Amino acid sequence: MNNEKSKYLIEGSQGKWEVVIGLEVHAQVTSKSKLFSGSSTTFGADPNTQVSLVDSAFPGMLPVINKHCVEQAVKTGLGINAQINSYSVFDRKNYFYADLPQGYQISQFKNPIVGEGEITLDLKTGTKKIGIERLHLEQDAGKSIHDLDPSNTFVDLNRSGIALMEIVSKPDLRSPDEVSAYVKKLRSIMRYLETCDGNMQEGSLRADVNVSVRKEGDQKLGTRCEIKNVNSIKYMQMAIEHESKRQVELLESGVSIVQETRLFDTKKNETRSMRSKEDAHDYRYFPDPDLLPLILDKDLIEKIKKNLPELPDQKKERFIKNYSLSSYEANVLVSEKEVAAYFEEVIKIADKKLSINWIIGDLFASLNEKNISISESPIKAKQMASLISSISSGLISGRAAKEVFEVMKESGGDPVKIIEEKGLKQKSDPKELENLINKILEENKDKVQQYKSGKDKLFGFFVGQVMKVSGGTANPQLVNDILKNKLK
Amino acid sequence: MSDITNNSLTEIVELIKKKEIKSEEVTTAYINNIKKGKKLNSFISESFDIALKKSQIFDANPNFDSLLPGIPLAVKDLFCTNGVRTTAGSKMLENFVPNYESTVTANLWSEGAFLLGKLNCDEYAMGSSNETSFFGNVMNPVKENTVPGGSSGGSASALAANMTPATIGTDTGGSIRQPASFTGTVGLKPTYGLCSRWGIVAFASSLDQAGPMAKTVSDCALMLEAMSGFDPKDSTSINRKKENYSKKLTKNIKGLKIGIPKEYRVEGMPNEIEEIWEKGKKILKEEGAEIIDISLPHTEYALPTYYIVAPAEASSNLARYDGVKYGFRSSNGSNLIEMYENTRSEGFGDEVKRRILIGTYVLSSGYYDAYYLKAQKVRQLIKNDFDNAFIKVDAILTPSTPSAAFKIGEKKDDPISMYLNDIFTVPANLAGIPAISVPAGSDKNNLPLGLQLIGKPLGEQTLLNLALSIESKSNFTQNISKWWEK
Repeated sequence: MNNEKSKYLIEGSQGKWEVVIGLEVHAQVTSKSKLFSGSSTTFGADPNTQVSLVDSAFPGMLPVINKHCVEQAVKTGLGINAQINSYSVFDRKNYFYADLPQGYQISQFKNPIVGEGEITLDLKTGTKKIGIERLHLEQDAGKSIHDLDPSNTFVDLNRSGIALMEIVSKPDLRSPDEVSAYVKKLRSIMRYLETCDGNMQEGSLRADVNVSVRKEGDQKLGTRCEIKNVNSIKYMQMAIEHESKRQVELLESGVSIVQETRLFDTKKNETRSMRSKEDAHDYRYFPDPDLLPLILDKDLIEKIKKNLPELPDQKKERFIKNYSLSSYEANVLVSEKEVAAYFEEVIKIADKKLSINWIIGDLFASLNEKNISISESPIKAKQMASLISSISSGLISGRAAKEVFEVMKESGGDPVKIIEEKGLKQKSDPKELENLINKILEENKDKVQQYKSGKDKLFGFFVGQVMKVSGGTANPQLVNDILKNKLK
Repeated sequence: MSDITNNSLTEIVELIKKKEIKSEEVTTAYINNIKKGKKLNSFISESFDIALKKSQIFDANPNFDSLLPGIPLAVKDLFCTNGVRTTAGSKMLENFVPNYESTVTANLWSEGAFLLGKLNCDEYAMGSSNETSFFGNVMNPVKENTVPGGSSGGSASALAANMTPATIGTDTGGSIRQPASFTGTVGLKPTYGLCSRWGIVAFASSLDQAGPMAKTVSDCALMLEAMSGFDPKDSTSINRKKENYSKKLTKNIKGLKIGIPKEYRVEGMPNEIEEIWEKGKKILKEEGAEIIDISLPHTEYALPTYYIVAPAEASSNLARYDGVKYGFRSSNGSNLIEMYENTRSEGFGDEVKRRILIGTYVLSSGYYDAYYLKAQKVRQLIKNDFDNAFIKVDAILTPSTPSAAFKIGEKKDDPISMYLNDIFTVPANLAGIPAISVPAGSDKNNLPLGLQLIGKPLGEQTLLNLALSIESKSNFTQNISKWWEK
């Protein structure tokens, strides 16, 4: 495909503009306890019930690093083909806010735990590699709640101290679609690794989106604006579309872009200025003296590397090779670890080609309709396989299978049992079918006459009649054969 | 029996173990002294009821196997004590009652001691005279209207005035050793990481270290043994086996090499300080140690380095006192920013504000490299000086302070001259190495003068042994008239 044609460009009055995007993804580390304290991280608990003395910054409290979170970061780093830094440092990012109890966030500034890496996107135009600048560990802040009371702000510290990985991409993204593919791929990798559940509704995955524009063909990057804390892929795309148009309009009217932090208003579908570079916080970063530099043992890194699960790219390659899938099919099946596992379980029993069609087609449609994940599907892999096998073995027709599926998608159950209950078992006894066909031909002598005189299309009519009379259970192949023979 | 409070901690422990005196009698004796010593203003909070109850519980079922059986102890009000107000000498925490116990005090209590009260100190341990405390000046029992030093001024004062048998302080730049020197007591700043910082109101995290203050070197050894130890809750805590300092204490210092750094002979230093230093050298030599002249070339940069690193960390450590969660909150202000500004303007005293301002400045973008980063590099050079010296010597002998205790108010409005008081003590904090101040004599006004011994990392035992030699040969006697009881 021609890459040029599919390029995302903004048509300005003075020409075409390219959009340059970099993402800072904040991914909540999957961990039972917080980054520097033993408090629970369970989502949805009552406000301020998962807060330790450390999280609320009582006098004399000290942070102690959670080893599990460190391993999760290393795991993620390996998953994005990145350099793991055996020496990293926790710094304090100082600023005042009511939901930041310490008055600083413990983060990593100069020496992050993970350095440069890359991930591969599968786009309609082919694959594209997106560079990763770094990944570092940091604490989340609490939550300020402004809308519960007209004159007071409430603070919930349950999130305070939860471990986040900030994953910074290079400015390699060029369109809202690429951003979508990037976030999905990153999320998929982290879900495979079980290092972040990627749940955007619960805030486990958010991103700051850096957007700039430049004239098509320009090499120099334009001045960027950072859109803070966008928490869905759709909003990221909308924000980019809006922000890039805004920048083009400004530039074309001779106004230069001011580097600033902006907020995306999801209701008005626009970005607005939060603070300019001049008002930017001076975070006064310095190494946290309460924590020693983080030294990673080579053996630990090796051990984690050895125990890495199969990742989406590897799985895709294997699926294509072992199951002769198309790149598209493989992509769809490996995007979620659970889908891939489901598929592999189904094809242990059932026909591969049929399985792909049923899973990507009917099953996905029903999951989307209900807005549930494959693990929540009422149809378990074994039952799906059994249904598909019933088709291949000729036990039921494809049409009947759809009927069985309709039942299963609501209440699950054993397809063989449903087939029996509904009497959908295919009639494959040639004698029985012949009797049935004879009867129909007898009743439609005029049509037989017409057919024989050249009206070929009527063949379908006869098949239809047989199916109707048999309640859809007649084996279509057999019906065809017998009919053709009789109508010769 | 004569006044039990005249005894050393070690003696009292022995008497209790021999059942010659009960914990309650000891406790009552100290409480009486405290009640009569209000004029010194060494205490911020008293916990007499708790102390008496604990002493009775001890007497009813005594456990003599612990290091501090039935011993009442007052501690610096920087240690968080469960259920007992902890102020850090600040209005900001005037009514703050922790529901947790610092590791160091918890260690003391698990050795049989219990809390007698909380001792005055400079606000957030920032000061060298105990004049920055929100709860007022503390007087030096040695002489009326004289400062006890700081920041552990209340600790030193209470100890010297027999209002606690021993105590603990914290030392960020000399806050244990300087007050010990000013009050004729022994104070030890351990190796960074030997005592847990968990539950101690933080001033400058990379420098803060808790340590014992006692009347004698033996007491100091006993206290260090009780309070130190690895704490998984402090990431900078050293993971090693506890030492039996008091058991290993010996006057045998034969063959030890003692370095005398030429850079500690500062301009304008009184002759008496020079003389006491000479006296120390002489004693150690007579006891069999070898005196060696050494150089610590970066000494002159220690104080400026300290006054960048410490305020930088403090400016960040003190950000949590914002009126949101606990402690003082100003009733003025109509939004969050104003609430912050008023809370911190009204809640902190001048010296704390000064250091927050300095610290914020040196960490600011554009100044970070010139100040904070450079200070960290110089700090490494200072540490290297000591590393090099300790190839040749086992310990270093210096005066503890450039002068004896001064008058209340004398340096209050002159921060630089106040800061200069820490000139000999600050390097050990920057290097993270142990140092002890031991009384060695008095000046012409009868004010005590201390000598400082600086040791290798984890060289506390050597320091205690050397200090014991000086203590036993210096003929220093505490000459306190209890003027405040009159």
